[in-house]
Amino acid sequence: MTTQDSVHLDVRGLGKSFGATRALDDVSVEVHSGSVHAFVGENGAGKSTLGKIMAGVLPPDQGDLVLRGTPVSFRSPREALERGIAIVAQEVALVPQLTVAENVFLGAEPRRAGFVDRRSLLDRFERLTVESGFDLKAGARVGQLSLAKQQQVEILRSLARQADLIVLDEPSASLSPKEVERLHEIVRTLTASGRTVVLVSHLLAEVLELAHTITVLRDGKVVSTNPTGEETEVSLVAAMLGRPISRAYPAKRFPPADAPLGLSIRGLSAPGVHDATLDVRAGEIVGLAGLVGAGRSELARAIYGASPTTAGDVSAGAIRLAGTPVASLRAGVAMIPESRKDDGLLLRRPIRENVSLASLATLGRFGFVRRHKEKAEVVGALERVNGSSLLEAPASALSGGNQQKLLFARALLAEPAVLIADEPTRGVDVGAKRDLYELLVSLAASGVAVLLISNEIEEILGLAHRVVVMRAGRLVAELSGAALTEEAILGAAFGTAPSTAA
Amino acid sequence: MSQIDPVARDSDRGRLTARLSHAIGRAGILIPFAITVVALGLTSPSFLRFQNLANILDQQAGIIIVACAGTLVLIAGGIDLSIGAIYGLAGATALITASSVSTPIGIIAGLGVGVAVGLVNGLVVTRLRVNALIGTLAMSFVVSGIAAIVTKGNLVVAFDHPEFKQFAATKLGGVTSAGWMMIGIAIVATILLSRTTFGRYVYATGGNAQAARLGGVRVNGIRVATFALSGAGAALAGVIDSSRVLSAQASGGQFLTFTVLTGIIVGGTSILGGEGSIQRTVFGCLFVALVANGFNLLGLDPFYQQVTLGVILVLAVSVDAWSRRFE
Repeated sequence: MTTQDSVHLDVRGLGKSFGATRALDDVSVEVHSGSVHAFVGENGAGKSTLGKIMAGVLPPDQGDLVLRGTPVSFRSPREALERGIAIVAQEVALVPQLTVAENVFLGAEPRRAGFVDRRSLLDRFERLTVESGFDLKAGARVGQLSLAKQQQVEILRSLARQADLIVLDEPSASLSPKEVERLHEIVRTLTASGRTVVLVSHLLAEVLELAHTITVLRDGKVVSTNPTGEETEVSLVAAMLGRPISRAYPAKRFPPADAPLGLSIRGLSAPGVHDATLDVRAGEIVGLAGLVGAGRSELARAIYGASPTTAGDVSAGAIRLAGTPVASLRAGVAMIPESRKDDGLLLRRPIRENVSLASLATLGRFGFVRRHKEKAEVVGALERVNGSSLLEAPASALSGGNQQKLLFARALLAEPAVLIADEPTRGVDVGAKRDLYELLVSLAASGVAVLLISNEIEEILGLAHRVVVMRAGRLVAELSGAALTEEAILGAAFGTAPSTAA
Repeated sequence: MSQIDPVARDSDRGRLTARLSHAIGRAGILIPFAITVVALGLTSPSFLRFQNLANILDQQAGIIIVACAGTLVLIAGGIDLSIGAIYGLAGATALITASSVSTPIGIIAGLGVGVAVGLVNGLVVTRLRVNALIGTLAMSFVVSGIAAIVTKGNLVVAFDHPEFKQFAATKLGGVTSAGWMMIGIAIVATILLSRTTFGRYVYATGGNAQAARLGGVRVNGIRVATFALSGAGAALAGVIDSSRVLSAQASGGQFLTFTVLTGIIVGGTSILGGEGSIQRTVFGCLFVALVANGFNLLGLDPFYQQVTLGVILVLAVSVDAWSRRFE
């Protein structure tokens, strides 16, 4: 217990920006030796970024890390590891073709005369598993193990390097309840042997059960750091909220009560989506909220036909969608994809070609592009979104906000009756955000059915007429009117509130 | 408040440099091409004679035709290593059919073989999801083997059918019909790529297949079409060359694949897809041909020619990678 009083890692005034987004702002926290220190917050609050900086994955822009009284700066995870700090990331970073033991000692194999000393490797592996109580077979191929076991391999790997501070980034995100229990035992074993665990998690129950200290982050800032005994789920959620509405949203214009159905989803299932049923009326903005990994983008892609579905129907107006982007566009459904770089833009092609891509069939005659018509319509669409007036510059030359506007212009040109907007304002500056909000509202006012996905609850609250919350692939709550509050959305997303039938 | 965000400033500068490198990439092959023309014109008096230039055009006709079609494949994000094999099979097929049936049927048979193999290439890459490099390499073995079976491993000749020679060797205004076909195909391919919706879809498919698909492009259909066109181009080149010399053999296109890819890539069409043009390919192929022609005219050791081509190829790809580093 004496060790728990000393400061293992002292984080002082840490700051980090990604483009225009301030991910961490003057974060100061003391992590004590031998404790489990949890960081919680909404999506994008900065908790994962903080974990990555501690472990040398990302460099900070400002601030210092002080390790047991010595200032340190890591240029790589390797340097952090040399000082005893390891990270087990959300995405497992193992070599699937190698065995468990080979992965554990990868890059630090015991050698003899330039060859890997297999006997000594297995001996050390044996000692390590006995000491840590892990049930892993040295010769098993990592690629054939469950995710939970792979995670254990990663933890073992950090132990093999004598790491005494282990950052676990959303460790139970993809584990079964039984595996989660096992993970919790492992965490307790780690701290019992004097090691320190930094736990980044959005599962409040887990955090309350495991952590000695809990730090709540909001918008990259520390809201509070308290002993777990002083916190409850309610107090944590309250600390994660409480942000004033800082951006003005256009006034909501609700659709008439007799507005026809724009988008109708019945029993839709796809990888990551279970039995989703949802209607969006013409002129309505429906917000789709939930935690990262809850299946919102998967649902959007399944609706649009970007990824295959396993069951269910989607109709736009009277047309049943055939499940391909071509058919969806033809039926009047457009999508702004979550990742504009991966799924949206042709970065090296001119802006003009990027905007007209989805409408070439109507802009062409006998297979030839009617260039005057194309230019006129692209200019018109870019004006409507208040976007860049450049036409021939490559899309890569635009800022994030203007790239996003370009994708809106593409969607507008296709004259959709249904618009699915997946994270339309991610990485977009405040001014452009406001333009995009106006655009979404005016589109809805003109009778377009809008399905809006956003990690920012504030944005959902500011724009959506009705909100559907997803958790673990299912639609778990539908909120509108007075029931539409930040607390209600978060409660449903975290699973702390009783779910209402969607 | 007046503080400038260092991150924002950095990305502005990055965008500017990106635009600059984009502009340099745009001029690309024209610069070394012009330098070579001037240098050869000054050092070798025979270079700029019409006869020498017409000869280069005639000799390069087949290569440039294949390269025009191959450019479509590369822009769409694929690669076709079977063009040499198709060239050999189509040339032999055309020659044999021309001498046993008739010249028109021979030409049609040769082209048909190319389109058929191209379609199979496309289906192997899209339906069977085989990487284009491997899929077309495998197909090149299959096609070469078939060509060897068809020709029984021999040189097939049709010296008794001089009418077949007219297909490629008829002169019009001092330029052979092969040269005119090459010019015609380069123009058609240019228009196809720059003016039609198909051309746009080709760029989109190679630039970002996922974005193209979500933007309503039938990505697989486009890929199959480019392979079919590449097969047709390789077949036409094979028919032209067998017509020119009234003989063909299965291994006739042995080195063609790499000569053509060198021309395309030196021209500045990216092997990563999404970028390139027919003009670049034509200049790239001519540049490679001029380097070879220059070595001949200046009486230099042909072994250095190979070394020079290798260096040029590395430089071309390196320039492409350099112009992409800001993405």
